[in-house]
Amino acid sequence: MAVRKAAPSRAKAPAIAQLSWNQIRPAPVVLVSGTEGFLADRAIRYLRDFLKEEDPSLEVSDVQADDYAPGELLTLASPSLFDEARMIRVANVEKCTDEFIIEALHYLEQPADRTCLILRHGGGVRGKKLLDAIRGGLGGGVEVVCAELKKESDKVAFVQAEFATAGRRVAPGAVRALVAAFSDDMAELASSCQQLISDGAGDVTEQLVNKYYGGRVETNAFTVADAAIAGRYAEALISLRQALASGADPVPMVAAFAMKLRTMAKLQGARGGSAQLAAKFSLAPWQVDRARRDLQGWSDQGLGRCIQMLAETDAGVKGAGRDPVYALERMIGLVSARGER
Amino acid sequence: MTVWDDLAGQSDAIAVFRAAATVPSAGESAEPRGDEASVRSSMTHSWLITGPPGSGRSNLAYAFAAALLCPDAGCGVCPHCQQVAARTHPDLAALATDRVIITIDEVRRLVTSAQFSPSVGRYRVMVVEDADRMTERTSNLLLKVLEEPPPRTVWILCAPSAADLLPTIRSRVRTVRLRVPDVADVAELILRRVDVDEQTALRSAREAQSHIGMALRLATNPEARDRRAETLRIALDLRSVSDAVIGAARLLQIAGDDAKAITAERDAEEREHTLRSLGVEPGAAVPMALRSHIRQLEEDQKRRATRSLRDGIDRILVDLLSLYRDVMKVQLGSGGDLVNTELDSDVRSAASASTPSATLATMDAIALARARIGANVAPALALESMLVTAVQKEG
Ligand SMILES: [Zn+2]
Repeated sequence: MAVRKAAPSRAKAPAIAQLSWNQIRPAPVVLVSGTEGFLADRAIRYLRDFLKEEDPSLEVSDVQADDYAPGELLTLASPSLFDEARMIRVANVEKCTDEFIIEALHYLEQPADRTCLILRHGGGVRGKKLLDAIRGGLGGGVEVVCAELKKESDKVAFVQAEFATAGRRVAPGAVRALVAAFSDDMAELASSCQQLISDGAGDVTEQLVNKYYGGRVETNAFTVADAAIAGRYAEALISLRQALASGADPVPMVAAFAMKLRTMAKLQGARGGSAQLAAKFSLAPWQVDRARRDLQGWSDQGLGRCIQMLAETDAGVKGAGRDPVYALERMIGLVSARGER
Repeated sequence: MTVWDDLAGQSDAIAVFRAAATVPSAGESAEPRGDEASVRSSMTHSWLITGPPGSGRSNLAYAFAAALLCPDAGCGVCPHCQQVAARTHPDLAALATDRVIITIDEVRRLVTSAQFSPSVGRYRVMVVEDADRMTERTSNLLLKVLEEPPPRTVWILCAPSAADLLPTIRSRVRTVRLRVPDVADVAELILRRVDVDEQTALRSAREAQSHIGMALRLATNPEARDRRAETLRIALDLRSVSDAVIGAARLLQIAGDDAKAITAERDAEEREHTLRSLGVEPGAAVPMALRSHIRQLEEDQKRRATRSLRDGIDRILVDLLSLYRDVMKVQLGSGGDLVNTELDSDVRSAASASTPSATLATMDAIALARARIGANVAPALALESMLVTAVQKEG
């Protein structure tokens, strides 16, 4: 590997400011790029609220770049009688027509006064020429990058930022429970944070999250998994029965075990500081510390056997087996023995 | 040029269809001739084309359709042949699905349209691309028309194997089995269709294990090649459970990227094709009247995208299986060409580091992972368990 292939020739680094979604600010042109539609919507809404506050007579208009009627941009941006401030929101730039590219480039040569043009581009190569021009500084713009929050650590950071912005303290367990419950829907995750923020004034604890989203947050599942992984078989079995009796679903139970064992497996034999490993495996540092503690007494083979058992159990609770409860109990048995049986 | 040109290694099947397509249809020969019985016997109203994925079942079905509708038995250049290729011929009705099953409504519509007599050609041709994706109830609806076919309609069903259809349907159709084309046949096809060197064509055909679509993709798409290479590298570098779990996460990403790439290519192609058929130039604004049409297409595409990750994982599993089959071949000393000859030394050292029974266990684990993902097990868990088995070299 001494000789590396030359990196493919890329576009130059952007010449304009690159902002995260919550740093959005007015500019003649604001490019909102990236695949996380929810964050993009939110960023654009923030900017609108901000501009509206500055100038309540703000005129907001919407353009669909994939349905673009020639001349639309110029018409919307041309000075009106009262010279109100203007905000033009352009959606679907990733599917824009050729006409739109031409006219937008033309517009950017000389952007209108007191007008903020917002281009929402959801990713892909369509409109690259326009994007490159904006990134090169044409029109004097900024770019707000709304990349998908894929990593769990990003979601954790998102939740922490939500509470920090509102000046509320939140326990790590509460953050974990929220992220676990709403991990596949950012909009839901954000709205559940907002609900917790608006409904009280005290610290947000895991218990509180559980009270609010008890049906969704399988804190019970984590209780069971924690006990089993620590080798406390009887305790794990009892909490399993309690969880099932209170209506817990077996499927998230397996998912909780999988989440924990997966993190342990990643860290098995890994060297380095928590922060470094957290970055490497897209985890929060507390998850790294926790997994390292959990790994006490586990062998590589034992971990492997348990992971195989999880897959079998997942199949079992999803219909392959006749008795999901038996499948869960068998899994707990093997995990409590650290896979050594 | 004829419609039969681009079909790799299926000369036997082509001979059957060519003979059938040259038989005059019932309406054309009013006067019975002496040898009519034997000539007629080569033509029938219901056909089933079977063959493994990528062997070119549907391509062959449409070539046969063109041959039946073309005045020149499938010249490949006349408007009839071109309309069949574009699926726009008025006497062709085709049912292709990207969903897991064909709905009964789709079949009902097809059966209804079979009642019309041909508008311009000798026949009305009905193609059902994935006839194995029908429930029993849907199959029975189809069975009715096969039992009493409207005059001058020809049904061409495609499925991986005859066993995938109800016995009642099987007994009504004439089955033509495609074989897995030779690597050389597929390479030749690639060389004819795209501009690559012979080396690349052969390698792609071999690595795709003669799956024509995959081979073309590997030959023309360097990212697809890289993804395949990385998949095999992950398996070869497995040393610990930690590697297995990290590797599984990476495999899922690769499958996702692959699925996204394929979906994006196909969606864009389809959109352009649809727009063009509606008379809109690429990049031009879509007239108001056609927008609902496009929106419908986009919805269909979105629905299809949900299935594509599973397909992406499937492709990865096929590639992994080829690797372990190579390892097994070396371990058993059974000779024969490896699929992954470029990895020859890696395959050899993997073979000596494990045992045939461990390799067999890994191959079983791959099949199990595939079945589990099909049964809705979390893909990450299924792949993790599979790679953990691969780590256990002792069997
Ligand atoms: Zn023709």
